[in-house]
Amino acid sequence: MNTYATQVLGKAGYSFVAGLLMMLGSGLLAAQSDDTFSEYRDMFGDDNPAIFVIEEGADFWLQANGPRQVSLEACDLGLGPGVVAGAYASLPRYFADTGTVMDLEARLLHCMTELQGRSRPQLLSSSYSGSGGQGTEMEALVTYIAEQSQGVALAVSQKYPQELQAYHLGEEIFFRRAGPYDFSCATCHRQDGKRIRLQELPNITAPAGAGFAYSGWPAYRISQGLVRTMGWRMQNCVRQQRLPQLQPGSPASVALQVYMGVNAGGVAMAAPGLKR
Amino acid sequence: MKKVQAVLMLLIALCATATAGSSDGATSGQAQAAPVLDVLNASMKEKNGVGLDRLVQTDLQRACSNADDRPASQEQAGALREQAMASVVFPADGNYLGDWREGEKIAQNGRGMQYSDDPATPNGGNCYACHQLAPAEIAAGNLGPSLTGYGQRGQSREVLQYTWAKIWNPNASIVCSHMPRFGDAGILTPGQIRDLMALLLDPESPVNR
Repeated sequence: MNTYATQVLGKAGYSFVAGLLMMLGSGLLAAQSDDTFSEYRDMFGDDNPAIFVIEEGADFWLQANGPRQVSLEACDLGLGPGVVAGAYASLPRYFADTGTVMDLEARLLHCMTELQGRSRPQLLSSSYSGSGGQGTEMEALVTYIAEQSQGVALAVSQKYPQELQAYHLGEEIFFRRAGPYDFSCATCHRQDGKRIRLQELPNITAPAGAGFAYSGWPAYRISQGLVRTMGWRMQNCVRQQRLPQLQPGSPASVALQVYMGVNAGGVAMAAPGLKR
Repeated sequence: MKKVQAVLMLLIALCATATAGSSDGATSGQAQAAPVLDVLNASMKEKNGVGLDRLVQTDLQRACSNADDRPASQEQAGALREQAMASVVFPADGNYLGDWREGEKIAQNGRGMQYSDDPATPNGGNCYACHQLAPAEIAAGNLGPSLTGYGQRGQSREVLQYTWAKIWNPNASIVCSHMPRFGDAGILTPGQIRDLMALLLDPESPVNR
């Protein structure tokens, strides 16, 4: 974990700090220290509760599913059918078979509908668990596949014109203000050293901030007891912008991830992360 | 899915017709706005009353949607500032100051206008998300300036009007402000704004003690 990440995670929110206080039985000063999160993470050692979700995701990948009762092993995540190792670090990317740029969630939805014959609307509405949920198939698959890129340098391609277009679209959406609060992504994520309450905000326009933001998702959220995906993160930023519900794997979600991923440069993937 | 797409395309077409001249093409030097609105419409879904109509930009939003974070020209900025000033509805009875205790609750409350919020409960102002106010609150954000000690300015007519206008529509002083138009956009009621005014200006408020 780099220093920036440690700082960001160190200033965790109320619920986490309260939980930590109970667990450590320490005083108020500890709650205000920047090191609380690293102490908490040290208690986990190398264990991220996401390991159980990784195993679950690996099972889902191999499991026959849908009307056609086939597994996802024939799914091409960009490096060839069935190749999982390193695939996450090269997404989003252009896929010739659909003629579109897809992130992992869009690609999985594609494979689940095309290979397994499953219903897209149903998959879309069950992609992310609600609060207090048990975790979804999508969340587990994303965790497993992202873990197979741990330590791999992020390489979001800008080779195809569609990939360049996606970057420019993402940039335009990033700065586009709308809704009753006049917010854009940039309102919170264009400057260094800014916070909402105690939550530090990565500057997505700069390599360090974009790299931190990109490389740590999917992540196990301690406050929610769940793994959350990058698509979920996008959806929740848009919700806080007071805009409608951003759909998993949608063109706008993918474009924002391309913008962030390209800005992030060749950062080493560190997902699944561990966040407050 | 085909049907959903068809309905979406129809909605996009209707939006485009209804807002012709205000939603397209004004962001100079960038990709045209119309395709972006199409992409957003196709990428999002109405939920709990938060609909796709929220994606259509106002003139102000369009002028402020760029990496420079300001309108393309001084003239445009001046016109938008005047528009913002004209939008401010000052209290007819001259009563600017409510109850700072209520104001503190409004400043702490981050709910309102998200599809996850109950539309039947009053919105909060969420001031602490971005501003330090009462120094006792350690979990204050820093996207906006600290407002601790704001009451030092006194309660002259000028201070009352400036502060009211700032909350009602902050673009009246800074065009492309990052702060929401709490009065103009109908986020807070005039009564709630009075309470926030008291939080800022009452000598007894924790902001000033």
